[in-house]
Amino acid sequence: MLAFILRRIAQSVVVLLTVGLIAFALFRLVGDPINQIVSLDTPQEQRLKIRAELGLDDPVIVQFGRYLARAAHFDFGISYQFRQPVSTLIGERMPATLELSLVAALFSLVVGIPMGVYTALRRGSALSSAFMALSLAGVSLPTFLIAILLRYVFSVQLGWLPSFGRGAVVQLGFWSTGLLTPSGLKAIILPSITLGLFQMTLIMRLVRAEMLEVLRTDYIKFARARGLSDRAIHFGHALKNTLVPVITIAGLQLGSLIAFALITEYVFQWPGMGALFLGAVQNVDIPIMAAYLMLIAFIFVMVNLVVDILYAVVDPRLRAHFQTA
Amino acid sequence: MTPEPATTPTAAARASAWARLRDSDILASFLASKVTMVSAFVTVVMLAGAAFAPWIAPTNPFDPASVDLLNSLLPPRWVEGGDPQFLLGTDNQGRDLWSAILYGMRVSLIVGVCGVAIAATLGISLGLLAGYLGGRLDAFIMRVADIQLTFPAILIALVIDGVVRALFKGVAREHTAFGVLVVSIGLSFWVQYARTIRGSTLVEKNKDYVQAARLIGIPAPLIMLRHVLPNVIGPVLVILTINLALAIITEATLSFLGVGLPPTQPSLGTLIRIGNDFLFSGEWWIVAFPGITLAAFVLAVNMVGDWLRDALNPKLR
Amino acid sequence: MTQPVLSVRDLKVDFVTRRGTLKALDGVSFDIARGEVLGVVGESGAGKSVTGAAVIGLIEPPGRISGGEILLGGQRIDDLPPAAMRRIRGRRIGMVFQDPLTSLNPLYRVGDQIVETILTHLPVGRAEARRRAIDLLKEVGIPAAERRIDGYPHEFSGGMRQRVVLALALCAEPELVIADEPTTALDVSVQAQIIGLIKRLCAERGTAVMLITHDMGVIAETADRVAVMYAGRVAEIGPVRDVVKRPFHPYSRGLMGSIPTLEGTADRLVQIPGSMPRLAAIPSGCAFHTRCPHAFAQCWLERPEPMEHEGHRVACFLYEPGMESARARADRIPADSPPVPTEEAKP
Repeated sequence: MLAFILRRIAQSVVVLLTVGLIAFALFRLVGDPINQIVSLDTPQEQRLKIRAELGLDDPVIVQFGRYLARAAHFDFGISYQFRQPVSTLIGERMPATLELSLVAALFSLVVGIPMGVYTALRRGSALSSAFMALSLAGVSLPTFLIAILLRYVFSVQLGWLPSFGRGAVVQLGFWSTGLLTPSGLKAIILPSITLGLFQMTLIMRLVRAEMLEVLRTDYIKFARARGLSDRAIHFGHALKNTLVPVITIAGLQLGSLIAFALITEYVFQWPGMGALFLGAVQNVDIPIMAAYLMLIAFIFVMVNLVVDILYAVVDPRLRAHFQTA
Repeated sequence: MTPEPATTPTAAARASAWARLRDSDILASFLASKVTMVSAFVTVVMLAGAAFAPWIAPTNPFDPASVDLLNSLLPPRWVEGGDPQFLLGTDNQGRDLWSAILYGMRVSLIVGVCGVAIAATLGISLGLLAGYLGGRLDAFIMRVADIQLTFPAILIALVIDGVVRALFKGVAREHTAFGVLVVSIGLSFWVQYARTIRGSTLVEKNKDYVQAARLIGIPAPLIMLRHVLPNVIGPVLVILTINLALAIITEATLSFLGVGLPPTQPSLGTLIRIGNDFLFSGEWWIVAFPGITLAAFVLAVNMVGDWLRDALNPKLR
Repeated sequence: MTQPVLSVRDLKVDFVTRRGTLKALDGVSFDIARGEVLGVVGESGAGKSVTGAAVIGLIEPPGRISGGEILLGGQRIDDLPPAAMRRIRGRRIGMVFQDPLTSLNPLYRVGDQIVETILTHLPVGRAEARRRAIDLLKEVGIPAAERRIDGYPHEFSGGMRQRVVLALALCAEPELVIADEPTTALDVSVQAQIIGLIKRLCAERGTAVMLITHDMGVIAETADRVAVMYAGRVAEIGPVRDVVKRPFHPYSRGLMGSIPTLEGTADRLVQIPGSMPRLAAIPSGCAFHTRCPHAFAQCWLERPEPMEHEGHRVACFLYEPGMESARARADRIPADSPPVPTEEAKP
């Protein structure tokens, strides 16, 4: 088990180093840091002096090492646009994105799993067909169209829910949460549904396919032959075996959920990291772009790691495999 | 696998694919084929509309001379205040929305097709090389693919866009936008092709006909192109269809986010971006019609792709 | 006369497919008495497993019972509503499947699976159910049952898992156990142990057993009576010693001739020419006539009904009254002779 985790961590480090290299290349080669610091009429000598001070004359590998060392301390440089440390900017916006992503993930699981189970057990019923049609739309339609539609119906036409922003937030130490105020809760409904809809349909289709597969297995036939109730078979035996692969996929999707949040954040003017990144792309704010890339890679790698370990915890066969290996 | 004659594996594979297609339940199921037929019909109509836009559209929305700002924000013809000249109304610059949608479709499709073509070429080449040559090259390509999968396509496209903006600061977006979009989509979607092709190449390269070709001294590049490629290209068809829908969505999303095509060359995404700004003031048509067009097209292409995948995959039955 | 535990009367099972209706079972009848082991043999596709599935009420769509009846302890069970049938499964009829590696849910401890079954069927508490589960595991020969009860299926070997499956089948003291190829997936050395165990446990409890297998050796050793199935019908049924030593039906003759014996009394092993017809292409009349060395015109035209003959029930026209000379001739023809050519026998 320990060897397995160590190997996984080593792989993760390789991924992070690679992404770090890309981020560094962006930072160092695409955007010349000097131009961002000095004005256009700064004399050449002074530029060279600043270069030396910033260590830009050192060998590239040394600069890369320095960049990584700083990144490890959350020092990603100064934003060109805001003239503030990137880490401060991201830190301010991270809670909004994480709350949105987690609520969306929760929504997709809580709605997607029962829908998947239902469509697997009641194949061919009218409601199942409706769910399947909905899932096809959810998989096919672009997120931003769904966002516009939901916003138009529930904010513009019906006026039930706010059309943008995060509502009132409460500060819990460094973390600002919108989940503790009525306006914050109302504000998160539409964005999280928008963000979670794609995952929800994905999970629903996955649960359905896995469930149908599991229902054909010998141990389910044997469970029927033992006279267990349909309830025990479907929701005990079949669902537990179904959820093992679902956990993996759902977990892996959490990383892309955070990245995809930028579309939702843009439409609903949600003050998160994605909106910050989008602004950085439009304004060529390289330090923010580089930092966001590394952050997404880091979150993705961590999620991967946790999912792998979780997988081993749920499935006793794997647990045994790791113990002996 | 049933043993196939070493000389004509392609013909045999094609014949069996057709036989499977003919015998498949999907084709037999009337309902499924009805949905698929409608989807295929919608796809063809939209493709035709996009292809013949210059002849169908009443005006050219890309030509500033044909646009009159006095006509801006007119509702569709059948709504009160509509102008019979503009079937679906006009946008904020007075462009005829019907023409803009036809031209926008065209732009979206060209970007999508070019992007997918780059992705497929890149992916198929790298997949062939990785699968056939193996070794370190294989390990390296597949590792890059793994890392790339860490990031959603939209994020990669955004980063490329940012880099291009930084590198070509002085150049107007009108000139770079198209290239940036195509390259971004190409670089985001190659992994799937590479993985598929690599997998089937690994199987194929050990078959007798490849070994025979190698023994009689045909050079490796020729073996890859003439012998391996035709036998591994089959599954790519399905990926191509589904990827086209994805590429169009990606282009629309980027344009919607304001990093795609500029308002002077509007794609469907750009039109939706413009329309979204006017949604609150009641001008719903600017977002509605391009949105419906995009949704219908993507849905139709996906349906056709889904059907194609099921029909060609014997495992699902 | 005592009532049989299981009585199957003229059972018919159809599979409705797009290409037409297939008759998987076509008029199968047999009884099993209390404590008796009935062996059911035949090639794959003969309808052995379908018979077992029909009895326990687990025919899967598109299959369905289209005729006949199944009586358990004199009560008809083939037309019971699903909930009532569910209460019979596991409680009054236990089942053992072929592959012990896939019969147990890999994510549940074996003890939990036994306890769950006991709690479903018997009015006992959890602690009592666990105690019974440990006793059962001991009885089926699991060493250190107190500890192994909390193990997962993958921690058990194939033979041990089949013992667990047997414990599961017996945990509610059923009247009948259906064992569908219980040893096919096991090592030869383990097969005898499992068969012996099934026989001993069922004898102790007076449980009737329906032992489905294609292995005549297992039947000869274990069963009291044997039913030979061919193409969805029972060809012959009778006491196991008689059927093995003196099979009547031409198909049984071929089948018995194909068992190798250690004594080596047989000169050579018999092979029946041809193969069993697919369900979609069952011949008219007697389904075996296309492979039968003794077939005559009637076999093409009519279907033989099972008839009593010297303690067996045989579905073959050779055993109709007045066919003595034909029978005597048949006895001289080896069982693996080529079938009678169509032109000669066709009416």
